[in-house]
Amino acid sequence: MMSVLPYLVAVWIFLAGCYGLATSRNLIHAVGCLAVCQAATYVLLIAVGYRDGATAPVHSDIEPGSRPLVDPVVQALALTDVVVGATVTALLLALILQISKRHGTVDPDELSELRG
Amino acid sequence: MSRRVRLWLLALGGAGLAALLFAACLELPGFGGDRHPYGERAVRESLARRTANAVSSVNFDQRAFDTMGEMTILFAAVLGTVVLLRQTRDEHRAQPAPAHVAPPVRRYALITLPVALLVGLYVVAHGQLSPGGGFQGGVVAATALHLLYLGADYRALERVRPVGLYEVGDALGTSAYLVLGIAGVLAGTAFLANTLLPYGTFNTLSSGGTVPLLNAAVGMEVACAAVVLLARFLDQAVEIEENAVGTEESGE
Repeated sequence: MMSVLPYLVAVWIFLAGCYGLATSRNLIHAVGCLAVCQAATYVLLIAVGYRDGATAPVHSDIEPGSRPLVDPVVQALALTDVVVGATVTALLLALILQISKRHGTVDPDELSELRG
Repeated sequence: MSRRVRLWLLALGGAGLAALLFAACLELPGFGGDRHPYGERAVRESLARRTANAVSSVNFDQRAFDTMGEMTILFAAVLGTVVLLRQTRDEHRAQPAPAHVAPPVRRYALITLPVALLVGLYVVAHGQLSPGGGFQGGVVAATALHLLYLGADYRALERVRPVGLYEVGDALGTSAYLVLGIAGVLAGTAFLANTLLPYGTFNTLSSGGTVPLLNAAVGMEVACAAVVLLARFLDQAVEIEENAVGTEESGE
């Protein structure tokens, strides 16, 4: 069980984010929930790359080959993930700002009633 | 769809997805296992090209093309935000009034600003050696500038932050990355292949071939992009106001 617990944590974070997205009554809150969903992917990626007793894959202060290293590929992927997440958040918030100006509300339920 | 129905649908779909993901997790290789074929190869390659930070080597050398896509996403998102948050016809710009800042906040912000800026530049410059890189350092440097907004006021920030210049910097950073890629083609190898420059001495600033250059290009792009993004949002919050007697436009 211990060997899959971090993956299950990622699943749980993802589902919690999905629940928030579906029940959200505020678009800004929904963007926060999307960020939670995305955080699940960070946890999953980093968990996949972990190796027991290993250190960071950076050789600025350790001798190459002297210690086991965690997987740098998934760490790079997590970095990509963070950057894309931040840009998506910025773009969505800009959209919400315009929605709030044009419609005077940020409740997704009211928005569907305003315009078909 | 009513709220109840939606919740039931969510519970059903969520339960199904949870079951599938749970089953998938049980089949994954165990957490902390010793088998990382890609990681081992990536570290070997990074050492062969004398890049001390294997993550940077993956980002700017082994998967440099992928990072170009990532940069393009960032660039496109900034472009989209600039378009979305521009001043519309029924809005005007109000001059923000200087607000009172508590002396301790002002002191702390102004002391931290140069330190934070330096840390950001350090993180960019040492991306190929120690943890960090263009993405992380760029964000630190860009946010450091905004300490001026906290410590002084918006006009002080605008003085050190001509947005137009940063927009140009954003575009220049993106093009620099492309140009470095094309330079590889002109030199007779492949696009973004790390064969252009000598690999240098391991664990020094100039090691890693094109990695430090690509890293710097990304650092510039990210710093400028973050400044432009924040500037657009701050403009909306501080300066741009709806016209009081404007005609109510009800959209198309």
